[in-house]
Amino acid sequence: MNMHTKIAAEKWVKIGTMDDIPRQGSRCISLGEKTVAVFRTVDDQVFALEDKCPHKNGPLSQGIVHDGCVTCPLHNWVISLATGEAQGADKGATAAYGIRIENDAVFLDIGTLV
Amino acid sequence: MTEKQKLVVIGNGMAPGRLLEKLIDQEPDAYDITIFNAEPRVNYNRLMLSPVLSGEKTYEDIITHSDSWYEENGITLYKSAKVVEIDRIAKKVTSKNGITATYDKLVVATGSNPFIIPLPGHDLKNVLTYRDLDDVEAMLDMADKGGRAVVIGGGLLGLEAAAGLKAQGMDVTVLHIMPTLMERQLDPAAAFLLRRAFEDLGIDVRCEADTKEITGKNGKVAGVRLADGTEIEATMVCMAVGIRPSLDLARKSGIECNRGVVVADDMRTSDKDIFALGECVEHRGECYGLVAPLYDMAGVIADNLLDGSSEYHGSVMATKLKVTGIDLYSAGDFAEGEGREEIVLRDASANIYKRLVIEDNKIIGAVLYGETSDGPWFFDMLKKGTDISELRETLIFGQAFQGGTPLDPMAAVAALPDDAEICGCNGVCKSAITGKITELGLTSLDDVRAHTKASASCGTCTGLVEQLMAATLGDAFNPNAVAAMCPCTDLGHGDVRRLIKAKNLKTIPEVMQELEWTTSCGCAKCRPALNYYLVADWPDEYADDYQSRFINERVHANIQKDGTYSVVPRMWGGMTSSKELRAIADVVDKFEIPAVKCTGGQRIDMLGIKKEDLPAVWSDLGKAGFVSGQAYAKGLRTVKTCVGTDWCRFGTQDSTGLGIKLERFMWGSWTPAKLKLAVSGCPRNCAEATCKDIGVICVDSGYEIHFAGAAGLDIKGTEILGNVTTEEEVMEHVVALAQMYREQGFYLERIYKWAKRIGLDEIRSQIMDQPERRKAYYERFVFSQKFAQVDPWNERVSGKDKHEFKPMAMIGLPSGSLEAAE
Ligand code: SRM
Ligand SMILES: Cc1cc2nc3c(=O)[nH]c(=O)nc-3n(C[C@H](O)[C@H](O)[C@H](O)COP(=O)(O)OP(=O)(O)OC[C@H]3O[C@@H](n4cnc5c(N)ncnc54)[C@H](O)[C@@H]3O)c2cc1C
Ligand code: SF4
Ligand code: FES
Repeated sequence: MNMHTKIAAEKWVKIGTMDDIPRQGSRCISLGEKTVAVFRTVDDQVFALEDKCPHKNGPLSQGIVHDGCVTCPLHNWVISLATGEAQGADKGATAAYGIRIENDAVFLDIGTLV
Repeated sequence: MTEKQKLVVIGNGMAPGRLLEKLIDQEPDAYDITIFNAEPRVNYNRLMLSPVLSGEKTYEDIITHSDSWYEENGITLYKSAKVVEIDRIAKKVTSKNGITATYDKLVVATGSNPFIIPLPGHDLKNVLTYRDLDDVEAMLDMADKGGRAVVIGGGLLGLEAAAGLKAQGMDVTVLHIMPTLMERQLDPAAAFLLRRAFEDLGIDVRCEADTKEITGKNGKVAGVRLADGTEIEATMVCMAVGIRPSLDLARKSGIECNRGVVVADDMRTSDKDIFALGECVEHRGECYGLVAPLYDMAGVIADNLLDGSSEYHGSVMATKLKVTGIDLYSAGDFAEGEGREEIVLRDASANIYKRLVIEDNKIIGAVLYGETSDGPWFFDMLKKGTDISELRETLIFGQAFQGGTPLDPMAAVAALPDDAEICGCNGVCKSAITGKITELGLTSLDDVRAHTKASASCGTCTGLVEQLMAATLGDAFNPNAVAAMCPCTDLGHGDVRRLIKAKNLKTIPEVMQELEWTTSCGCAKCRPALNYYLVADWPDEYADDYQSRFINERVHANIQKDGTYSVVPRMWGGMTSSKELRAIADVVDKFEIPAVKCTGGQRIDMLGIKKEDLPAVWSDLGKAGFVSGQAYAKGLRTVKTCVGTDWCRFGTQDSTGLGIKLERFMWGSWTPAKLKLAVSGCPRNCAEATCKDIGVICVDSGYEIHFAGAAGLDIKGTEILGNVTTEEEVMEHVVALAQMYREQGFYLERIYKWAKRIGLDEIRSQIMDQPERRKAYYERFVFSQKFAQVDPWNERVSGKDKHEFKPMAMIGLPSGSLEAAE
């Protein structure tokens, strides 16, 4: 299920700046038990997903980022960065979180996480 | 049995190549055949010199008859043997280097010579022509030096030469004396579009340019001067102003010659035992300069040599220009004239121009620019003199349009009549292709080429042939599934590799732009492949694209199912020591590594390491002298060895030492897929060298080098590459083989698959029999190792890619307080 649809108060925290995330790459945000992967695309859009593939929990942060998607490093499922949903014939979704960019600072909405 | 007759052929070009095939096809034992060629090589596809010049193909790709073909068919080929005398009384020919041969029947197929305008300066160094491979090599040499090339002549050859030289990085000017390019094949409108396309390529095109002099300095070309006084600086001049039948020899021997060697309809010259064939021929007053008619002539001669009574009646020709990115087709006569009408279609936004010339309700000429797929259809009607009055209204929209709805191209080829000609060069009609496909169950383009010759000469009908295959085979033929690298492109790996080199592409975005990727930044399939090709092709210039590597190659460890990593250090040749083992034991304890295992590759794997710990683990291992075992890389993995002469009572050579040498020399290199080696000390083969990518078996007399084995998804014993006697030779051969594979392999293609694709003999011949080639491969490997042999672990211990191993932020929950990690 997509976490956006849950009713929860937004709670934005600054997690760093754009420079911290490599283009076509990703970084991890550690929230205790949970890890959130923050991705930056070639055209500087930023997305956040739980770092867990809907297939067998592969760490999506370790995948290859391309065309608004990330390919999971374990068995090559392709996951949409915007929605967290598996593409093509595969079924499943991973949680997606809000991201806001102000000037150069990157904020993550942890409203649904706390 | 009667004594075999002797057939001698003078000239080994495209026409006699076809003649011999036909002859052998029909009656392999009719003649003892001897062929003389002035060129120092076997027979190749002259039409394809342009792709060789532009770098899209290599000489090897365009060979049509290899040495083994002559051998298998019992034909004696004398290379570098120009015939200088025909003694018609003694029925004997003699070459410049003194070889003689007697004949019962003789074929003169001396082709033609490029015409050189006797301008002042035409004999300067670097005034070149465009006819054979030597010319191409000379042009490539000049292109290496850069500067400007002036091409004199804006016809088919001149334009192909200009495009090739441009692709090789030269500045190019084309000088054409007529007001429009290719005026014999194109009308002014098409010529204008063509000129603009050339200008868009960055080529300077000047029409009505009358060259008066080639100026020189120190005996070499320095420039050209035009009649109007214009001077153009240049380092080379290529004259492509036409050809003249090569008939000195025939004329000297008293055979009747006019513009060419005169033949009757049975292709015999004035001497009934002597035939003439190819571009040197004049038939009913015509000389031909394209292969299709020459192939027709070859068929007639083959039949008449076997006591047939075939006749040649002349040919109509169609022309295509072979410059990548420019689609141009022309056939027949398109001058304006009394009683002639024309039908024209233009689409400026798509740069399309089509014109048909009609006389008496028949097509007599066709010019197509920008979209040429209907060319063969028009040409077919032209040759047959089909009455087009019924089709008139819609004719110009092409075959697909006939019948009302715009058809897809597949339906269009399906609708072609059985006798429609598909391959103009080889005169292959539709039913000949579909017949062979069904009869022999052909599923690949190469098979169809091999069995029908269609698309095997100039290659411009390839698209049509593929559509025919699709129409005949249905779902069984899917050229994209076979060929395309990934859904982002229609190009296959081979094309991409070739174009990267040909177009000098040096970054992934450049490749995607130039080769028209259909996605903005590729996918997880093509990016790692492109990254490898660029690393392999430009070792010194290309900056590895980190984000295009799979995680294992990015963090230099193997990802496990739970997201932890495994670490495998090199143990050179499988040898270790107490010091190394102690260091491993300490690391395992310190980082609480849950599993330690001996791998199938003679070394130790530590599994279950947290990503954050990797740099610290490597740091400790590094202090004990370990480097990465690259157990994750599409690159050199392990070199397994056995104990060899050091200990084993059967050992014949120092297999352990040799294995270590190989591993130390080759570690760090990237390869298309993983590369595993082994060296066994004797044929008992305890290191399992005979199922490796490359294996060495030591024997008393030296070393037997093996390759192309497999023992993973497929199981396959190795093939023997050859025997050598010293360790140095093993190194050179193995390294050269690895480099050849690096340069030619497709991404993820193991050595055994690559070898199957390009042929074991080809590899053996290049590595074992051609020392210069072997050394060149070896040198290129050594060069690339300068940049590749850097321990990735040590780099990361020293801080490289620090961000990979640390979270960007740690957020304590539930309070939401934030603490930055860096
Ligand atoms: C560790 C090891 C198994 C072991 O415990 O012994 C191993 C482990 C893996 N092998 Fe292997 N292979 C290991 C030796 C082999 C061997 C034996 C050998 O090297 O002599 C083979 C057969 C020979 C060969 O290479 O074909 C082998 C054939 C494969 C294949 C099939 C490759 C093929 O083209 O047929 C794969 C799958 C692939 O590469 O796509 C594979 C893939 C893998 C992967 C990388 C699977 C993956 O993608 O995660 C495994 C990684 C485990 C890890 O993280 O460490 N492994 N693998 C061995 C490491 C050797 C080393 O020291 O580097
Ligand atoms: C760059 C280029 C591109 C072309 N593109 C096309 C195209 O797209 N379509 C098309 O239809 N045609 C094309 N042509 C033309 C086509 O290649 C020729 O029509 C064809 O090759 C002629 O064949 P041939 O056998 O008559 O002569 P050639 O292929 O020229 O062979 C003649 C051979 O005889 C040798 N020879 C000559 N004299 C002697 C002697 N005394 N003793 C021994 N050997 C001798 C020569 O060295 C030569 O190797 C192109 C030509 C060139 C150069
Ligand atoms: S055989 Fe290789 S790939 Fe298969 S489970 Fe074992 S280690 Fe993994
Ligand atoms: S865990 Fe992601 S594809 Fe299997």
